[in-house]
This record gives sequence, C-alpha cells and structure tokens, in this order.
Amino acid sequence: MYSTTYHRPSTVEEAVALFAKGSDAKYLAGGHTLLPVMKQRLTAPSDVIDIARIPALIGIEASADTLTIKAATTYVDIVNSADVKRTIPAIAHLTSVVGDPAVRARGTIGGSVATNDPSADYPAAVLALNATIKTNKRSIAAEDFFKGLFATALDENEIITAISFPIPAKAGYSKMRNPASRFALTGVFVVQTKSGEIRVAATGASQNGVMRVPAIEAALKANWSASALDGVKISDEGLMADIHGSSDYRANLIKVMAQRAVTAAG
Amino acid sequence: MSTVTLTVNGKPVTAEVEDRTLLVQLLRDHLGLTGTHVGCDTSQCGACIVHIDGRAVKSCTTLVGQANGANVTTIEGISKGDELHPMQAAFRDNHGLQCGYCTPGMIMSAIDIVNRHGGELDEETVRQELEGNICRCTGYHNIVKSVLDAASRMKVAQAAE
Repeated sequence: MYSTTYHRPSTVEEAVALFAKGSDAKYLAGGHTLLPVMKQRLTAPSDVIDIARIPALIGIEASADTLTIKAATTYVDIVNSADVKRTIPAIAHLTSVVGDPAVRARGTIGGSVATNDPSADYPAAVLALNATIKTNKRSIAAEDFFKGLFATALDENEIITAISFPIPAKAGYSKMRNPASRFALTGVFVVQTKSGEIRVAATGASQNGVMRVPAIEAALKANWSASALDGVKISDEGLMADIHGSSDYRANLIKVMAQRAVTAAG
Repeated sequence: MSTVTLTVNGKPVTAEVEDRTLLVQLLRDHLGLTGTHVGCDTSQCGACIVHIDGRAVKSCTTLVGQANGANVTTIEGISKGDELHPMQAAFRDNHGLQCGYCTPGMIMSAIDIVNRHGGELDEETVRQELEGNICRCTGYHNIVKSVLDAASRMKVAQAAE
C-alpha cells in the first residue's frame, strides 16, 4: 500500500471539508473493497476519510410505509434488526448471505451501494424496491442512481447518508453464490409493491451491473408464482461470461433465482 | 505518521505508525504478537481474525487508525495464564488442527460464533459460520467437532459463573 493520510471525522460536514482539502481523497466505510484495492496498489488516495463511525450515519428507522437504513450501518446490525426482519425480511436474508461473518461485521450498506460492484447484493434490493438514496446534497431515485460498472450518480465528494426502502407487499431474494468469493454469480430480488407493481432486479449477471428484468416482471404480473416463470426465456445478450460461468448459464440462473425468490417471498 | 492508542489483550498500547499500517502489521511487527497470521492477505482466508470491541474482524483489512481507541483481543489474549480458553482446549482435545496455520483465526472466529449463538449451535450453523475461515489440511471435520465441543463447555462454564 502506498502512503496515505487517515482521518476519522465525527460529522458529515467535517468529512466533506477534509475530502475537499485532500488532493485525491477517498471515503472509507467498511473498507473491504477500498483497502484490498489499495494493498494491490491499484489506487493510492492521498487521504482516506473514515466515515464509518459518524453517529448521524448509523441506525435503522421504520415507519408504516418506509424502512430507512442509515448508510454506515453494518451488515451485522441490519441482519439483527427487528425492524428490518418485521418490515422487509428479504433485506435481512440478503444481508445474511453477503460475504462471511467477519466481512459482515465491517461492511456497510452505504459502502456497498456507493461502490456498485456488478456482483454485489444490495444494488438488486435498492433497484427492485425502488429505494431512494439520500445523500448530504439530495435524494436520488434508484432508477437514476446506478450507472454501470462501479459507477453511480454520486458526485466525487458526495456521501450517501441513508437509503429509504418503500415497504412492499412481498419481496424475496435468492442468489447463486460464488463459493470462493461469496459474491453473487447471479442474484435476483423480486418485489410486489403495495400497489401491485412487480419489480425484479438481477445482480451479478449483466456486464453493466444491476438491471431490471422486464420478461420476468411481465410473467409475474400475470401470475405471481414460481411456475409462471417456467416458460420464460432470458436472452444472454449483454450478460457476463467468465471462468465462473458463461452468459448462457447466467441467463438461466436469472430465471431459476427469480423462481426461488418468488417462492421465498410467498 | 500518527500516534494511535488502543487496548490489546487488556493492556494499553501507544504506537507511532504510518497511517497505511494495517492492524495485523501493528500486532505482528510492532508488538511481536505473531500468533495472528497472514494467510491470503486478500480478506478471504480468515487467518488474521482478531476481535475488535468484541467482533471478529479481519486484521489484514483494517487500518490501525480504524482500531484507534478500540479494544483488541488476539489469540495471545484469550487464555487465563496457563489455563487454555475452552475453545483452545477443545481444538486440542478434538485434534482440530494439522499444520496449525489457520488455527488462531479459526479459534477467534469460533469464539465469536459461540458468543453470538450461545450454546445453541448445530453442525450446519458452525459450518456456515466458518465460511470466512479457510483450512487446507483438516477437511474441517474436526474443527467443527471442536467448536461444538467448546460451545457446550462454554455454556457449562457460563452457567457455573
């Protein structure tokens, strides 16, 4: 790792001011993406600004219609949250299959969403649930937030402060885990909103990161059941192909994971 | 360079280190606590797991600054003098290791698992919970036996307190 300067501000405002002062600063949350990349010398920030312990960024709130998870809340606290289990249990399940226990002790929902790794789990939940990403500057709709591989609508020095999920009628998540990295080889999040809209998002599949799956949404709109997807064929165009699986394999996984997610959602 | 102050195995530690120093480097290179191992150095194998404020975390993926002010426990800090921690004793009695390289991380993870689940552990849960710890010798079978054995010993010890 190249030399860097570590900061631990106690407010978002202080973090933004430190970021502006650094010549090439980066925000650090759980650090399980940034630190490995720094160790490989693929990035060399002048300043690392640790926002994981800012009190205003930690906590979970639930109302009748919305579950809000503040950005620096760790995975383990999300898994254990009674509010999350009661309002959107699919998020508790998704979180319980991210990485391993030591990763979940450090990783944060805001860090995952801001990184937008094409195989990360949270982007699928954010897009399928039509969540709102709140930052220190504005609110961004999920549809406008994800911009392809590791790219988001965030400005350079913008910090996600919280993510607000509308509480759905039903939701489920299922993923095929890469057994070594535990990232999603393909993961699918299915949602039936309280107004009856069907939204389905897949992660780990597309070359452009998280995506909606219209063919599955249409089939589930007509009939919310796993068997309704039996005849659906997903095109492999634009899907990833690597040593872990071909694009054709991933296309099939989208269907199978969607079926399992619908079954889990009930 | 920054001055960091933390508690390691119950003792206050102050060190002057470069900001890029990883917690595992502080433990091994500055404090001589070489029980914590570096296996993969890519946050996958779990050999470097220590407890920070009671949570099992990977010390190869933690900057010292992130642990500033924290309470850190390593494999050297869990026995009571010559009396092994019940998890260490269970690993010895059940032959839960072969080469031993992964063992410190396994034990620190396993204590965290028992702490989180109490005595209510079954084999499947242990196997799932240990997925962040890689062992290339044992095939895991005796490690899982060790953790289950230790869980019941720790439950008995807790009930006696």
